[in-house]
Amino acid sequence: MENQEKTEVGLPLIGEKAPDFEAVTTQGTLRLSDFEGSWLVLFSHPADFTPVCTTEFIAFTGIYSELQKRNTELLGLSVDSVSSHIAWVRNVEEKMGVKIPFPIIADLNKEVSKKFGMIHPAQSRTETVRCVFIIDPESKIRTILYYPLTTGRNMKEILRIIDALQTTDEHKVATPANWNVGDPVVVPPPNSTEGAEERIKEGYDCKDWYLCFKKL
Amino acid sequence: MPCVSPDGKPTKSGMATLSAVKNGALTPKAVSEQTGQPLFKVRSGLRELAKAGLVEQKDENYKLTPKAEQLLA
Repeated sequence: MENQEKTEVGLPLIGEKAPDFEAVTTQGTLRLSDFEGSWLVLFSHPADFTPVCTTEFIAFTGIYSELQKRNTELLGLSVDSVSSHIAWVRNVEEKMGVKIPFPIIADLNKEVSKKFGMIHPAQSRTETVRCVFIIDPESKIRTILYYPLTTGRNMKEILRIIDALQTTDEHKVATPANWNVGDPVVVPPPNSTEGAEERIKEGYDCKDWYLCFKKL
Repeated sequence: MPCVSPDGKPTKSGMATLSAVKNGALTPKAVSEQTGQPLFKVRSGLRELAKAGLVEQKDENYKLTPKAEQLLA
């Protein structure tokens, strides 16, 4: 029993390749590797037909076109059946006027949930907590977010993280606290005393040798 | 959007994928560009069509089987 609990909270880490899987979804059987070449937001929700999850699915749909502009796909997951997902998606469309455009994994046997550490037994033994895995086009895990059952996610933050990761990849820079697109970025600090001396002369907006900003 | 119905027949998106392959889109990326379907759906759909005996894969390329040719004729 104790070993089983340890398996359930297994978690792939940032920088590691995301574990591949094949899962039944509302849009057919999908593998994680099907998303290679695109960024992917893999997220879990506790259960269909629940209030916070419904608001989140509407909100995820609200940023769907922004995600598409960033070459990013969405893939939802809960331990409900495909029939339940279909019924819920149809209900959201009928009652709330929102058509959910992305696939949702029916993880009835919890195979994917366990691989991604989505079940936290102290919170719930039967539902996935609100996880977000941001996975890059090479299937590498770049960000992991966890929220409790009672707290809905912030879509602006998810978009902001994707913008930050893509900016880092494109320009080899870092992004400071509360960064948004258009703000100055952080130049990676030099890793030698010679580099530190030269950094000040390189024309960046430097507070000191280790903290320099530039506009893109 | 599965490409094959439980009765084994291609769905609308399955037919679109088969038509794209017939029109020379041999790779999942080319099918995606021709049909406008996301690449992940095309990869999944081609797997289903292969299981249904409608396409064959060699390396990265797909081609129609005689069964699919007959269906599209």
